[in-house]
Amino acid sequence: MELMKHSKVFALAAVFALVAGCGGDANTQEEVADEITEEVVAEEVHSSDEALAEGMSDAEDQVDAVTDTVLPAINTIYFDFDKSNIRSEFYDVLNGHAAYLMANPSATVKLEGHTDERGTPEYNLALGERRGNSVQRYLSLQGVDASQLEVVSYGEERPAVRGQSSEAYSKNRRVEFNY
Amino acid sequence: MINARHFFTTGLMLLMLLLSSFVNADLTIRITKGNDQAIPVAIVPFMWQGKGSLSEDVASLISANLSRTGLFRALPREDLVSLPTKAEEVVYRDWRLLKVNYLVVGSIEALEDGNLRIKYQLFEVNQQKSLLSESVVASQDNLRNRAHFISDRIYERLTGQKGIFSTRIAYITTQQKGKTMDYTYRLHVADADGQESRTILTSKQPLLSPSWSPDAKKLAYVSFETGRQAIFVQELATGKRYQLTNFKGLNGSPAWSPDGKKIAMTLSRDGNAEVYIYHLDDRRLTRVTHHYAIDTEPSWSPDGKSLIFTSGRSGGPQVYQIDLASGEEKRLSFEGNYNARPRYSPNGREVFMVHRGSGGGLFSIAALNMGTGRTRILSTSPLDESPSVAPNGAMIIYALMIGEKGVLGVVSTDGRIQYELPAASGNVREPAWSPYLN
Repeated sequence: MELMKHSKVFALAAVFALVAGCGGDANTQEEVADEITEEVVAEEVHSSDEALAEGMSDAEDQVDAVTDTVLPAINTIYFDFDKSNIRSEFYDVLNGHAAYLMANPSATVKLEGHTDERGTPEYNLALGERRGNSVQRYLSLQGVDASQLEVVSYGEERPAVRGQSSEAYSKNRRVEFNY
Repeated sequence: MINARHFFTTGLMLLMLLLSSFVNADLTIRITKGNDQAIPVAIVPFMWQGKGSLSEDVASLISANLSRTGLFRALPREDLVSLPTKAEEVVYRDWRLLKVNYLVVGSIEALEDGNLRIKYQLFEVNQQKSLLSESVVASQDNLRNRAHFISDRIYERLTGQKGIFSTRIAYITTQQKGKTMDYTYRLHVADADGQESRTILTSKQPLLSPSWSPDAKKLAYVSFETGRQAIFVQELATGKRYQLTNFKGLNGSPAWSPDGKKIAMTLSRDGNAEVYIYHLDDRRLTRVTHHYAIDTEPSWSPDGKSLIFTSGRSGGPQVYQIDLASGEEKRLSFEGNYNARPRYSPNGREVFMVHRGSGGGLFSIAALNMGTGRTRILSTSPLDESPSVAPNGAMIIYALMIGEKGVLGVVSTDGRIQYELPAASGNVREPAWSPYLN
């Protein structure tokens, strides 16, 4: 049961990522990423097409089922290189924030989008914003009021971790919840 | 002042040591790739006819300037066989034996009003001919600028191309306090040789994307000082600045139009990163691109009729062109899986950009030929970005990483010479080469 619920949320979020144009990223023949996980994400996005029709009405139910109103402990989610689609492993984190924001309508959060240092600074600012927008869309879909959310992109300007290892890079491609 | 003994023989490594100047924030030049075929020139020390000493060694500055182009190599001072200071003292045979093609001699005299007069002459050694004979008035304070001016005159006489020694560069430095989130960002303007740098803005929040007005009097740039992105414009002479944009979302990539009346920029006010044109006279905003993928990093064609920009519409960043009259769009870059931040060469024949090949790997500066569509790689360190072209099209300044330190690099557009301009401390990024100042 629990699993079912989640898989629906996954599919729905993936659909939204697709609608938002992030699917284009995953669809490309010019794959730039060096992360194995990305292939998996790309497949999820593809396989979610049929979920488009049934997705919308279920969304409300999913959110209602979540009752946790404590500020979630995890406030960072991570992304693949040059991608802004939300990885399925972070849906729980986002659902927790959605529940908190809906239970606390006066709470506001800055969604800070970041990238790793590779690529150009301005493209990365746009990419960071896109990551923030993905999170914003996901949360809105769960029922969070738009006025509670603001996206700010820092691009590659504020790395969480120094260094040029793929591990450091993966920690820098992120959206942080800043309440 | 200069130790350039091995400069041109091996074509590798550290050759020129400019005496460290008293301004610590200056960038020091380190040559990383020389040109074996550079034309030998001799710049004889200018005779000083006055009391005390001069603040600058004019001949030495000219030598360094000409050598840095990669087209010329100035003879080390210790190799000079004689020290003529005017035409009558030149013995051509001496210079022929040294295989010097061109010779520059000069003198500096103190004028009654306290100014200085620099007389200089350029000779073609084999034809025993004077190519240039001029004099300029200088003061102790602007001696360095005058040396750059003379370098420009000599370079133009020899190459037929305008020199860029009197131009400037703008760049950003970042300093982080230990591993804390305490950053200091500074916007600097320096001479093209990295010297005489001055800080024009300091902020605790990110600064990026400086763009020169075509008259070189103003800079537009992105600042996060309001807590989010905004484009500011600052007048260099007065330091006066104002906030140009305050749209929701992205306010980035300012690029001044060739006529100075418009600034192309990236905004996401309509929901997604798109390219817009801001009309400075009536503050009108025109939207240029319409695509759900990222569109950003606009740059004007030299005739101002089209923009080139980066778009993620193919699935990864590639370079596109849009004709502003018709709105017709065209993809320009096809080689490689990451092509971004395009900048036109002044003659419009090439586009310089950040490029990564299909196999992944390095982010290089590359030239895209507008005629053939072929890509030519110019730089080879792993994380090169932010190419900015000198106004004569001969050199590109860009940002690179040495270990975890950001430095500026310069490469000639023919790829023959490469040098670095590391700062004493902090990371240097986001260089922008100024237009001609006059």
